[in-house]
Amino acid sequence: MDLTFTKEEQAFREEVRTFFKENLPEDISSAVKAGSELTKDIMERYHAILAKKGWLAVTWPKEYGGPGWTPVERHIFDEESCKFYAPRIVPFGLAMLGPVLQKFGSQEQKDYYLPRIMSGEDWWCQGYSEPGAGSDLASLKTRAVRDGDEWVINGQKTWTTLGQHADKIFCLCRTDPDVKQQEGISFILVDLDTPGIEMRPIKLIEGGHEVNEVFFTDVRVPYKNLVGKENQGWTIAKYLLTHERTGIAGVGFSMLALEEVKALARKVMRNGKPLLEDPLFAARIAQVEVDLEAMKITNLRMLFKAQKQGAPGPETSILKIKGTVINQELKDLARRALGPSAAPFPGAITEGNLALAPENHANNAARYFNNRKTSIFGGSNEIQRNILSKAVLEL
Amino acid sequence: MDFDLTEDRQMLSDSLNRFLADKYPVDHRIKVAYQEPFHDPALWDQLAELGAIFALAPEDKGGFGGTGFDISVVFESLGRVICPEPVLGALMATRILSHTDANQEALLSGSMRAAVGLGEIEAPYDLSSIATEATKSGDGYTLTGRKSAVYGGQAAHHLLIAAKLDGKLAVFRVDAADADVTGYAMIDGGGAAEVIMENTPAVLVLEDAADAVQDAVNAGILALCSEAVGAMEVLHAMTVDYLKQRKQFGRPIGTFQALQHRAVDMLTEIEQSRSIVIKAASELDGPDATKYCAMAKNLIGRAGRLVAEEAIQMHGGIAMTWEYPGSHYAKRIIMIDAQLGDTDYHLSRVMAA
Ligand SMILES: Cc1cc2nc3c(=O)[nH]c(=O)nc-3n(C[C@H](O)[C@H](O)[C@H](O)COP(=O)(O)OP(=O)(O)OC[C@H]3O[C@@H](n4cnc5c(N)ncnc54)[C@H](O)[C@@H]3O)c2cc1C
Repeated sequence: MDLTFTKEEQAFREEVRTFFKENLPEDISSAVKAGSELTKDIMERYHAILAKKGWLAVTWPKEYGGPGWTPVERHIFDEESCKFYAPRIVPFGLAMLGPVLQKFGSQEQKDYYLPRIMSGEDWWCQGYSEPGAGSDLASLKTRAVRDGDEWVINGQKTWTTLGQHADKIFCLCRTDPDVKQQEGISFILVDLDTPGIEMRPIKLIEGGHEVNEVFFTDVRVPYKNLVGKENQGWTIAKYLLTHERTGIAGVGFSMLALEEVKALARKVMRNGKPLLEDPLFAARIAQVEVDLEAMKITNLRMLFKAQKQGAPGPETSILKIKGTVINQELKDLARRALGPSAAPFPGAITEGNLALAPENHANNAARYFNNRKTSIFGGSNEIQRNILSKAVLEL
Repeated sequence: MDFDLTEDRQMLSDSLNRFLADKYPVDHRIKVAYQEPFHDPALWDQLAELGAIFALAPEDKGGFGGTGFDISVVFESLGRVICPEPVLGALMATRILSHTDANQEALLSGSMRAAVGLGEIEAPYDLSSIATEATKSGDGYTLTGRKSAVYGGQAAHHLLIAAKLDGKLAVFRVDAADADVTGYAMIDGGGAAEVIMENTPAVLVLEDAADAVQDAVNAGILALCSEAVGAMEVLHAMTVDYLKQRKQFGRPIGTFQALQHRAVDMLTEIEQSRSIVIKAASELDGPDATKYCAMAKNLIGRAGRLVAEEAIQMHGGIAMTWEYPGSHYAKRIIMIDAQLGDTDYHLSRVMAA
């Protein structure tokens, strides 16, 4: 047993730190710090900075222009990028579609799409969920019918994250309604400019716009936009799911959130004393800190195992469940620490000397409410428990 | 022992519920709660006409109620529609004024709206170290300081402000037009205000007001807890309904035991909440009011968080949207914790009692 990172890993951490210190623009890190919605411009500029260094497609192997990092190196990168208030890399093209094309795409698709993902020329969004198909994704109904060398698509996708910025969407569509649900789904690439597509915004609980619904009416796309084989979509979706499974603990984000809550509780004064001196509040912080310390090791243990085995196993669902709960707890504390100063609607009262909350904390309540999503999407925490009880406990 | 409402209160509850269900459908609520003046002045008038504010004061002060149970009935009804009308300000104002001989007709009839400014950014719950100071000036007073997140302050004609006068807590009346009042929407809808005073003229309402303020705070806590119970019950009903309607994997999600048990846990917490509110209501005018109100606010804080978070989780994505009414109930229930003392603050009060 040895909990130290290797010499190479430590050197890598230094390299990542230096990179962020020297290359992350101040306006980007301050936007992340303030916790407001990030603009498309910020996300694109950040991607370009990483791309220049060769660090954008963190999960891609070297042959496709990725850095070829091990899971532990990826973890180090995540941790450090959080510390420097770098944005999250938008996952849809880079972390989702890229690996799918590398495994299932035709040579033509790889040659065409992968460089465009890397350069930021294409912005992808994910068209899986439908109003009737959430946890039970395999019941999806959006229909794609072959007509000569085209697909004709009809139906509706929803919850499409950042679809308002996207120009392309990858969809799971029903291509054979007469077989077992999982066996009649195909993975199809769609240009959002195609006639017959309408995108409408969905306003979230805290008032933000990050998701959309997408309607398809007789949308015609080339047959060659099919990825893999016809009716192989479910296999592809499942591959993606296992591929996504490291990094879901969000340890880096939680470590940062913990530091922020402590700093906030030192700053917020309650009756002449910093809130951190209130034993009840201090106990709440300490309690999450204990859980997070364990989560860091749980995460590394699972990364280490994944590195040895080549792929993460179903036990990584533990990371999703506990990781989101810890992060949500920290968001709760950040709101709670402010008391009534968390009450204003985001942006309702921002003028300098009128602001109620310390700098960068005006959105704490909004962030708390928005963050409830993390235990719902990407396989809800209930679905993760189902996976664990079936695949790990064999119940 | 009798846990039923008296006939009068049942009638009040029924007529309020009918009125609010009719006039405050959730779409309307969501609209007015976020657009200036962050409530609906026409409905405020009608609510007052119905007697909702008269019910908050005893007969000898011009009202027709004023007990803990009257307050509880009114606010539970308001909670059921997450009503953003600034009734809390009226309640706390009448509680304070009832320690004086002031005529309350304008307040109780709703023609004059009042908000009560107690907490400050660095003293949101415990008022012993508030910084707002009163100074004698001629035969009146002036106030200097800032009251923060004054609930309903954006819609108030008069503000009752807690300030230090010769080191003691006193209450003053400030004409809203005389202070620097900046109103805004809150994240859970409804309005509040920052009230900044700099040598602002004020009328002394009550010297040595610590007990009167505590009484107003206790009544306010009871009101908020009752509001939370109303809101939690509706949100729970919405959740159970959704569990029955929503199908995944070919069956209603309510058939999954993992969700059934959690819906039951919500029910248990709501029943506990109702009980502690009944206890606090029955003690409101007794010597241990502060202790029982602290207990209620602590329990409601914990139960509210569980109910709001579980409701969202068990709905899935739909409850994360603005359009779904449940999200607005969840926001209100969570944010109630930050008014008049949160879960931890009141736990420490119970420990000290
Ligand atoms: C902010 C946000 C962004 C999203 N972004 C995207 C996106 O970009 N692309 C995309 O395709 N999708 C996206 N999603 C959709 C997300 O994946 C779904 O919300 C998720 O799969 C859950 O589906 P649902 O919301 O329909 O809830 P439901 O599946 O209806 O679930 C409701 C409740 O029932 C529980 N439940 C369901 N089945 C079971 C079971 N068998 N046992 C126990 N409990 C169960 C769930 O856990 C949940 O608590 C996003 C969602 C949100 C909220």
